Amino acid sequence: MARLFDIRILTIAGSLLCLILGLAFPWSKTPIIVGLCFGIATLGVAAMVRAGQVSFGHAMYACIAGYTVAFLARAWPQLDGLLLILAGVGASLFAGAIVGVFVVRYRGIFFGMLNLAISMVLYSVIGKFYAITGGTDGLRINRPTLLGIEFERAGFETVLLVGTLLAAIGLGILVQRYFQSASGEALAGIKTNETRLEYLGLSARRVLWDGYLFSAGLVGLSGALFALVQGLVTPDIGSWLRSGEFVFIAILGGSGHAIGAFLGAAVFELVKLFAAAYMTGIWQMLLGITLIVVILVAPEGIVGLLMKKSALATPRRKSPWGTRREENKWTP
Amino acid sequence: MSFELLMLAAADGFSYAGLLFLVSLGLTLIFGVQGILNVAHGSLYAFGGYTAATLAIWAAEKQAPTWVLLAALVLAALVVGVILGGILEIGLLRRVQDKDPVLQLLVTFAAFLIFEDLQRLIWGVSPYSSTEVVSRLGNFDIFGITYTAYQLLLIPAVAFGVYLGLLFALRRTRLGKQIIAVTHHREVATALGINARKIGLIAFIMGAFLGALGGALAAPTTSLVPGVGTDMIVLSFSVVATAGLGQITGALITALLIGLARSVAVYTVPELEVAVPYLIMVAVLLVRPNGLFTVAQARRI
Amino acid sequence: MDALIRTEGLSLSFGGVVAADNIDFRLDVGERLAVIGQNGAGKTTFINICTGFLKPTRGRVWFDGKDVTGMEPRHIVRFGLGRSFQLPQLFLDHTVRQCLEISAAARQGRLSFFKPLAQSVNRREIEHTLELVSLRERGSELASSLPEGQRKLLDVAMALMLNPKLLIMDEPTSGVASEDKHDLMATLMRALDERKVTSWFVEHDVDIVSRYATRVAAWIAGKVAADGPPAEVLASAAVRREILGTA
Ligand SMILES: Nc1ncnc2c1ncn2[C@@H]1O[C@H](COP(=O)(O)OP(=O)(O)OP(=O)(O)O)[C@@H](O)[C@H]1O
Ligand SMILES: [Mg+2]
Repeated sequence: MARLFDIRILTIAGSLLCLILGLAFPWSKTPIIVGLCFGIATLGVAAMVRAGQVSFGHAMYACIAGYTVAFLARAWPQLDGLLLILAGVGASLFAGAIVGVFVVRYRGIFFGMLNLAISMVLYSVIGKFYAITGGTDGLRINRPTLLGIEFERAGFETVLLVGTLLAAIGLGILVQRYFQSASGEALAGIKTNETRLEYLGLSARRVLWDGYLFSAGLVGLSGALFALVQGLVTPDIGSWLRSGEFVFIAILGGSGHAIGAFLGAAVFELVKLFAAAYMTGIWQMLLGITLIVVILVAPEGIVGLLMKKSALATPRRKSPWGTRREENKWTP
Repeated sequence: MSFELLMLAAADGFSYAGLLFLVSLGLTLIFGVQGILNVAHGSLYAFGGYTAATLAIWAAEKQAPTWVLLAALVLAALVVGVILGGILEIGLLRRVQDKDPVLQLLVTFAAFLIFEDLQRLIWGVSPYSSTEVVSRLGNFDIFGITYTAYQLLLIPAVAFGVYLGLLFALRRTRLGKQIIAVTHHREVATALGINARKIGLIAFIMGAFLGALGGALAAPTTSLVPGVGTDMIVLSFSVVATAGLGQITGALITALLIGLARSVAVYTVPELEVAVPYLIMVAVLLVRPNGLFTVAQARRI
Repeated sequence: MDALIRTEGLSLSFGGVVAADNIDFRLDVGERLAVIGQNGAGKTTFINICTGFLKPTRGRVWFDGKDVTGMEPRHIVRFGLGRSFQLPQLFLDHTVRQCLEISAAARQGRLSFFKPLAQSVNRREIEHTLELVSLRERGSELASSLPEGQRKLLDVAMALMLNPKLLIMDEPTSGVASEDKHDLMATLMRALDERKVTSWFVEHDVDIVSRYATRVAAWIAGKVAADGPPAEVLASAAVRREILGTA
């Protein structure tokens, strides 16, 4: 229980910090919401990492949700923000369910690159069909009402901040419960032994599909929120770089516990603000170097380090990468 | 689509397939020997291209003869292949050799991110190209169309030459046989006294050189912009995956298929140009999950 | 007697190697079969075919009255077949207890999404099974930390957790210290009797075979060369010459 307690304190402290910062420095609201969005998306990507899979294309679900929000908001300006978000998540779930049927048949490199390929098709198509999608300029979204109430810009952002924060906490708890449920543990079993899963009467593909659907929905939600807070969607929301950033945060934060996604996202946002101010133009390089350092020095990420540090905690997994999938290569 | 357009598309596709094959060959060779999909392979293509363009522009300014211009392209690929390939293999991949395959993949992805920015820092963001050598080699007429000899003859010839050369080297030379041994059974090869590390490094540098060569040969015919590496890694992966990982002849056939399909799309449905290769890959993998030319093997339990 | 598993003309070759050569075989409810045979005789291959991991080029398999030829392992498992492996197939990143909990949860058919794993299974049953294979003290350790012998036990326990009608064990005692083999087999057999599970195990140790099996089948080059009561089979000329090397 001691570890849970730590994480509770961490969550409460982090949430308060987000609120206080956001209210004291209004300019920080947007970066905080964006950071939370990255955290929510990373929850989904981390679920895949637990199954031993990395996807270089998950941002496509943010893209699908974001454009769904934009299309609907432009067609029916009176639609409420909450409805838009729900529709965005619905669209990403729908797409995830279909794409999932295909990609869960593959593992490792194939899984990662197929997701990338599909996301690149989407990205290029959106860029090309200027008349519908606004091409690379993207689509503007006018501020919708939230729960029927019209807000000024500042109020809108505050409500979004609080809403996103609550969603992040709720989803963090939910996803952590999923990780520890029968389904979530079977998902982690995909990483170590699919043969055994099959001989327990389970379909590894089905287990992975369930997880994939989760991840698509989570990334979709982040995309919908992201689109609303920016008031704009561009194809960049679904670029491979964005997908790579999600993977980066998942590795940086660690997939041992759901809170890793948010710890990773916090560090990521800080570094991004720092880089934007002092090191423009080498953002990707910074990401790459950090990723290598994390993999070599702390492959379990921040969560792994924290678990190791707190003597009370018994790490449930030695390391997410500790044991190689024995004799079980990535052959699809 | 008129006959002329069809011929143009075929010529485009044929030439493009040559480049695609070279890059894919490098990727598949590295995968075969090291068991790693090198995401930074796209950067090698980009660096090869930029380095070649820089050298070629410089040589063209000095009024160098045509063969020097051509040699400059190959030299650029060699330099990039040996230096970047060596750095990648020794500095990075060796350190993660015993780690989870996912982490190996991520390390090459990290290298890719670094190279992308490095390339932007060195060459900037404005388009880069040097077409001198193409105009020197001139045009020729075939089936009613006029096309550059560089694209229609030189590139496919180099690609096919490399293919034959590699097959010969793998089957007939000592080094080639060692590479094959390491590919099939690293442990057994090591037990037989083959220095698997050294072979791994050599194969990696060869693969890196091929990736860079693809870029170098592309440099005179395209304008290089940031992002070419990204497109190329995904495209060459789709060739390699469609063919089946580690399949050399398969990569040749698939590169042709995808190259031709892509240029037909350019002339007919340009919106889908980027999507076509991936659609082919997805279609093939749906039917044959291991690619067209791989025979599936059951895991022993 | 009802045939629990039955095969007809089962054949499979790998390249030139005939691993299963036209095998007709049946196992009845309540039997305890020991399979013996040299390395490479095709014992594991036959199990792989019967459990759906490999598809035969010819022949059919029935399990519990149903034609299961060509079905995926997970479907056959659902009919009541459990299997342990020559190379243990464990969830190495999970704890020993979690491995059993996942098995128990899988038995229920639907995996829950938000209920903690430990709470969705019967705690007492898990502890009892851990006790059975003497892994109780190591329950909270990672499966990857177990030595080979204990991995084997956990592998068997995971299959047992499914409450199968038939349990197939591929060399359950290999990797187990020889002085512990008898204890282990005795415990396993007691557990199987308690649950009325029919069993089939591959074993190289003649002592163990004659002590715990009610029937022995001898595999030679992809064929069942002898099949019957242990004393009879172990004494047959072919078995002594080809397998035991005592003639
Ligand atoms: N997946 C496979 N691919 C190729 N050959 C195989 C495969 N599985 C088994 N074989 C071959 O089939 C034959 C039978 O193998 P099998 O593993 O069934 O033997 P076994 O009786 O279980 O031997 P052991 O006592 O060593 O476990 C052997 O010659 C083996 O090399
Ligand atoms: Mg065997």
